[in-house]
Amino acid sequence: MMRRFFLIAVPYAWLLALFLVPFIIVLKISLSDTALAIPPYVPTVEWGQVREFLSQLDFENFVWLTQDDLYWKAYLSSVQIALLSTLMTLAIGYPVAYAMARAPEEWRATLMMLVILPFWTSFLIRVYAWMGILSNEGFLNQFLMWTGIISAPLTILNTNAAVYIGIVYAYLPFMILPIYATLDRMDASLIEAAEDLGCSRVSAFWLVTVPLSRNGIIAGCFLVFIPALGEFVIPSLLGGSRTLMIGKVLWEEFFNNRDWPVASAVAVILLLILIIPIVLFQRNQQKQAEAEP
Amino acid sequence: MPEKIFAPWNDPDQKPLIRFQNVTKKFGDFIAIDDLSLEIYEREFFALLGPSGCGKTTMMRMLAGFETPTSGSIELAGKNIVPVPANKRAVNMMFQSYALFPHLTVWDNIAFGLKRSKMPKDQIAARVDEMLKLTRLGKFARRKPHQISGGQRQRVALARSLAKAPKLLLLDEPLGALDAKLRQDTQFELMDIQETTGTTFVIVTHDQEEAMTVASRVAVMDEGKLIQVATPDRIYESPESVYVADFIGDVNIIEGRASKQGEDLYRVDWAEGQAPLVATSDREFSEGQTCHLAIRPEKIAISAEKPAEADNAVQGSILDIAYLGNLSTYHVELPGGMIIKAQTANTRRLSRRSFTWEDTVWLSWTATGAVLLAE
Repeated sequence: MMRRFFLIAVPYAWLLALFLVPFIIVLKISLSDTALAIPPYVPTVEWGQVREFLSQLDFENFVWLTQDDLYWKAYLSSVQIALLSTLMTLAIGYPVAYAMARAPEEWRATLMMLVILPFWTSFLIRVYAWMGILSNEGFLNQFLMWTGIISAPLTILNTNAAVYIGIVYAYLPFMILPIYATLDRMDASLIEAAEDLGCSRVSAFWLVTVPLSRNGIIAGCFLVFIPALGEFVIPSLLGGSRTLMIGKVLWEEFFNNRDWPVASAVAVILLLILIIPIVLFQRNQQKQAEAEP
Repeated sequence: MPEKIFAPWNDPDQKPLIRFQNVTKKFGDFIAIDDLSLEIYEREFFALLGPSGCGKTTMMRMLAGFETPTSGSIELAGKNIVPVPANKRAVNMMFQSYALFPHLTVWDNIAFGLKRSKMPKDQIAARVDEMLKLTRLGKFARRKPHQISGGQRQRVALARSLAKAPKLLLLDEPLGALDAKLRQDTQFELMDIQETTGTTFVIVTHDQEEAMTVASRVAVMDEGKLIQVATPDRIYESPESVYVADFIGDVNIIEGRASKQGEDLYRVDWAEGQAPLVATSDREFSEGQTCHLAIRPEKIAISAEKPAEADNAVQGSILDIAYLGNLSTYHVELPGGMIIKAQTANTRRLSRRSFTWEDTVWLSWTATGAVLLAE
């Protein structure tokens, strides 16, 4: 009995210490007021004055988020960018995963390696590399001018286009891997059966392959959409001053304005927005587990 | 008027439904099918039988349209179907893995092929219901494949492949995934369904018993060639080669030298110091030609005393007894070390069995009981 209790207690203590406690701290800061102090907010918890401490907390910062249109515009534009880049990642990732699953058996390990390989380099360095590629004097413009397709360099860096390129590039493996896993598991005779029953190659793909990889598609989309929504590094390095994403707003609120309470309120709202797709994702995973024969 | 026996292969006026003409199929350097010609008739239940890698699955996949022959032609009802893609052939296949669509219900699986044709909706529903009735699946129409048993899945696969009323139905090891008891029942069910629908069935199997049970004709294959094509009883009782005799059922092969004794009768000298054996054969053997005598264990009688009027009799001692319930197989060692299998039906209860281990017994068989084969 004791043993079992400890076995369960350890992971729960872990979750409590590393997820719930930080969240409560952030929530608490979001209910505080900004101040010129260290830490830069009041009230702070002091022993014996819990009642006084609680009375100073309020929802002022959350009200503020609705008053300045910067915030809801940033949320909306984040959702839009995350949604669009998820669809683009799907459009690129699905064919890649399909090709991998159809590749000869002896190639697959190598192809899988190539998908995972970028993870071995720092994410930041890879984003900086894209700055080198996309800038006005970058490799891409030099190459396009060399081939004669364009005569003047294209402005890609510091626009939303660069943000889309960056997100699609960074999260592509998260789309490819779950789709590949479902396609790889699929019985090849199902496609033959569909063709045998009168399907063309194309209709067999839409009627059999796509529905059977549905779970992989959903998993991949969530794995891209959820982190892309709060993305900060890519919009701040590749995006321009007009790129509005909530991750960037949060960072500026925190470090430039040193307004920890508002930044915390932004973070809490972001979390609430993310909970919806996360719950949907969990439900999908659960349904998938139940459907397995 | 007596009912005519179904044997279109003996009728020169009959046109075959399928005609393989000098078909060769190579995969790289490997020759899967070697210059093979074969005719299959309408309403036949035709079995392709052979060990794995003999080319039987390749034959089936060429009929379905998943493989194209390297050379030669395949005709279906007089038309060359080699250039016709799989989805345009009036041929359907039941896959070994069943290949049921896991995301569709039983009903939708059966309707899948019908929906691809331009059939009106109410006709599709009627046809699916007809198929459900034929395969006794009515109760499971709304279930998904993973919610039904293996035997039911097998019937869904059959219903789905029959739904489009194909001219030819291909069955790839259809009963391979079922347990022995269910397999037997399903064999008879398959035969019933074949008869009711009047569809031509081609079945691929490595299970000789299954082929013998269901088929009107059996083709024994090895290394991309047809070794013998005949009715199950002819395959069993009159094999044309040692390979077929050995592949189908249990057999004793005795090697010896043949010499003519009279009309269709041969003497076989097979071992030093042993009396020669006699066997009838309508095949010609030259004097002293090496031959193989193939005798089925159930054609051999076993007795304690030397039988007075036997064409062939040899003495030996019982080495092993395999008790199979309805039958017992005796492994009898002859003085030269050769082991002959003899089978008797257990018409008596076990306690009154006449022979036991180490007993000296006589084995005997008639001159017509064995088949004399050249190779």
